[in-house]
Amino acid sequence: MRFAGTIVLASLLVVAGMAARPLIATEIPPAERRSGYTFMGPDTKAMQDDDTANPGMLGVIDGEALWKRKTGTTGKACADCHDNARVSMKGVAARYPAYDKELGRPVNLEQRINLCRARHQDATPLPYERHDLLALTTFVAEQSRGMPIAPDVTPELEPFVAKGRDFFMHRQGQLNLGCTNCHDDNWDKHLAGSAVTQAIPNGYPIYRLEWQSLGSLQRRLRNCINGMRAQNFEFGAQELVELELYLMVRAQGMTVETPAVRP
Amino acid sequence: MTAALINVPKKAKRGDIIEIKTLMSHIMETGYRHTTSGQIVPRDIITSFACRYNGEEIFRADLFPATAANPFISFFTIATESGKFDFEWIGDNGFSETGSASITVE
Repeated sequence: MRFAGTIVLASLLVVAGMAARPLIATEIPPAERRSGYTFMGPDTKAMQDDDTANPGMLGVIDGEALWKRKTGTTGKACADCHDNARVSMKGVAARYPAYDKELGRPVNLEQRINLCRARHQDATPLPYERHDLLALTTFVAEQSRGMPIAPDVTPELEPFVAKGRDFFMHRQGQLNLGCTNCHDDNWDKHLAGSAVTQAIPNGYPIYRLEWQSLGSLQRRLRNCINGMRAQNFEFGAQELVELELYLMVRAQGMTVETPAVRP
Repeated sequence: MTAALINVPKKAKRGDIIEIKTLMSHIMETGYRHTTSGQIVPRDIITSFACRYNGEEIFRADLFPATAANPFISFFTIATESGKFDFEWIGDNGFSETGSASITVE
């Protein structure tokens, strides 16, 4: 009897342990979500807050020049169709990636810029992660600074959000990790001295001190996928766009900080 | 296309200590890195920065490969008279950029 009692007690302990720390991933309740900004030290925060100290603002300046520059065989500038970006681009980055009817799939801001170049300017696409595309994207996204992230999840976008969520939740790679294992379950802890954070993409393109440059959300995602030692995707891959889309849905209502500074 | 950000207070009282902040766009390639094929990426850095206040040099700095990209340089001076601050960045491969900002001293 005593033996049986021990087993019961042990099982109870196991159950109690599970209740305290669920094994299945839990999404962060909306009220507990925090911008990556809140995990940073005072120096990095000060750098982001001061527009004359934030190196991301250099990208905004360059992006504005590119916005007005005529390009492609049609000789049109972004400004020739969209006029003043401060008006026309306000809130755009807050709802991207968005659905493109012609392609029948979501596209992110960088892809939208390149689609515009192809369809309306007859210009060659700007390569991913090069300064020009990053600068233009940063300039467009900066017009949404201070606005809440508000993805427009239409019925045709829903399956793509679901795919992105699936990617986020599933374990993969040699380390057998899913995004959720760090960013939902362990965001209050540290990994090699760095805060894990909640994967709230509210400041992209960011100026990352580690990169010494601006970089896109896809660059950051590829970093994480490499870290999990999983098979990576090329820039612009559909899988990454779907993940971006899910992350934006997950960050709904958080304030856009572009150009954010991150360590 | 080189972007720079210069922050000088527009107004100051005579004798005030003012902070001047500058941010210059530059990759600051150290010259110590290699490409995947083993070739050295040539050094490309800003080597010197100077600031003149109404023609008189008030600040100068030499920069070296350990400086991060987009160097941010801030320093203090005393507002003595209204006028102009001239900034100059000089670097490898003929890099040369200037900027200026005005101040009114009351």
